[in-house]
Amino acid sequence: MRDGLTARGLTLGYEGRTICRDLDLALPKGEVTVIVGPNGCGKSTLLRGLCRLIAPAAGEVRLEGEDIHRMPTRLLAQRLAMLPQSSTAPPGITVADLVARGRHPHRRAFGGWSAADAEAVAHALDATGVAEMAESAVDTLSGGQRQRVWVAMALAQDTGWLLLDEPTTYLDIAHQIDLLDLFAALNRERGVSIVAVLHDLNLACRYADRLVVMAEGRIVAEGPPARVLTAELVDQVFGLPCLIVPDPVTGTPMMVPRGRHPARAAAE
Amino acid sequence: MNTAAFSLPPRLPGRVALANAALALLCLALALWALSLGRMEIGPADLLALIAGENTPQARVLGGIRLPRMVTAAAAGAALGISGAVIQSVARNPLGSPDIVGLTTGAATGALVQILLQGPSALGTSLAAIGGGLATAGLVYLLARRDGVVGSARLVLAGVGTGAVLAALNGLMLVQGALDEAMSAALWLAGSLAARSWMHAAPVAIGVLCLAPPLLWGARSLSLIEMGDDTARALGIRVEATRVAMAAAAVALAAIATGAAGPIPFIALAAPQIARRLGGSGQVPVLGAGLTGAALVLGGDLVTQAAAPAVNLPIGQIAGILGGLYLLGLLATRPR
Repeated sequence: MRDGLTARGLTLGYEGRTICRDLDLALPKGEVTVIVGPNGCGKSTLLRGLCRLIAPAAGEVRLEGEDIHRMPTRLLAQRLAMLPQSSTAPPGITVADLVARGRHPHRRAFGGWSAADAEAVAHALDATGVAEMAESAVDTLSGGQRQRVWVAMALAQDTGWLLLDEPTTYLDIAHQIDLLDLFAALNRERGVSIVAVLHDLNLACRYADRLVVMAEGRIVAEGPPARVLTAELVDQVFGLPCLIVPDPVTGTPMMVPRGRHPARAAAE
Repeated sequence: MNTAAFSLPPRLPGRVALANAALALLCLALALWALSLGRMEIGPADLLALIAGENTPQARVLGGIRLPRMVTAAAAGAALGISGAVIQSVARNPLGSPDIVGLTTGAATGALVQILLQGPSALGTSLAAIGGGLATAGLVYLLARRDGVVGSARLVLAGVGTGAVLAALNGLMLVQGALDEAMSAALWLAGSLAARSWMHAAPVAIGVLCLAPPLLWGARSLSLIEMGDDTARALGIRVEATRVAMAAAAVALAAIATGAAGPIPFIALAAPQIARRLGGSGQVPVLGAGLTGAALVLGGDLVTQAAAPAVNLPIGQIAGILGGLYLLGLLATRPR
């Protein structure tokens, strides 16, 4: 696949410890892909490997046909943005100044601030709904607002690909939906290809075109959520007995855990 | 959508530019004041005479004594301030400044070895200090490294430990050396700007002129690295290469400054913090710290000359007293 993000024979790890072994993956352009799996299954590692935050022990990653490990850092950053699990906002920095930092890969060493830079920042502030707080200090914002600001910084990078490592962690459910709606809108309205690691299976099924399910460093299932998510798979991967029912709102698969203790109300 | 509403960043935020301009003016004023200070009355006309190349006694004092002293003070201060800003940022710790993590002590060790073996010579001492500083930085880095990662707390601890050992070694050398050499070594170790010639001023001034521009340019990358390695990498920064290059240049600057003026404590620690407070932006304040450092050392030297001309207090001690008070003040005013 020449216009997607592909991995072939990808083996990833840290300090000689292998986390992901011999992965093959092909993510087409223009889709929302969500990677799910239990803790420690290597989903964040895979995401980091896909954007060159870690070098592969074996195998390769290609972005639209080009080996990302042969691309200059700056050129890769012009085409692929990544929002890591945690970033630190410098104390006192304003929203606009932080979002402007997303323009770094497009700026020349001694170049000034171009009209394209201003426009990209304005678009990013607008799309994420943080334009009104452009002049506020980031450290005065709530967790949900702050996460939107980081997304805005990645958007200002103006890339065709956006990778997100557990972007909804630490957000309450309303802010989670809010943020995922934003990603869906970016995908549909601007054609941004999105690859995200998420924990919540039901939200993953709602928002993903393609679900990648990982366990113990391997990809165990991949495809549209309606085809991929079965009770057997959830039991096999998470060791959690469950029912899969259609989501009453979207019709996508919804996982209902059985658990070991039936609810008190039902038992009585 | 109204794009014109945000034709904003990244203007050097106005407050930073304003603070830097004010600091530059302050440095200029302090420098001129320093030139006018001394037993001989010297005014602006004499400076013009010197520039015009006239050979009056005033011009000779100005060109041979006061100017090199002032240039040494300004350049050493700027070097220490810039070095502190960069190393604190790389170490991700305000205590990771060259004087705390043993780099200036290491530079002093190099200088002492040279003074005791060959007798004081401005250029030789400077070079030996640079060698000592760089060697110490390498040692601290190796000691702080575990599993390929240099932790911020480990770096400071390794630096403090190394510094303590080197300080003891420095003391030992003073006791063991021949009396004359030991005396000049002790004088140098007190950190002094008295009797600085162009042989002292030139290396540190050239060092600042050569190393400050690339460090100023790299400040933007450092500011991005402060958001986290992954975030910076995702924005197209070559994090490790940037860090190593910036740290090496910063260590060299601190060592050159130490070679020229002896170990002056606290400037590298305090200048970046003061500059950050004055500027109040999220940037690594390389320029602001350089200007603040220059102002602090120029000011400290004025205090030593004006307040106690007879005693001739060394700048190192003055900086130690002022810096210690500043640190205590910081502790008192900060919650926790």
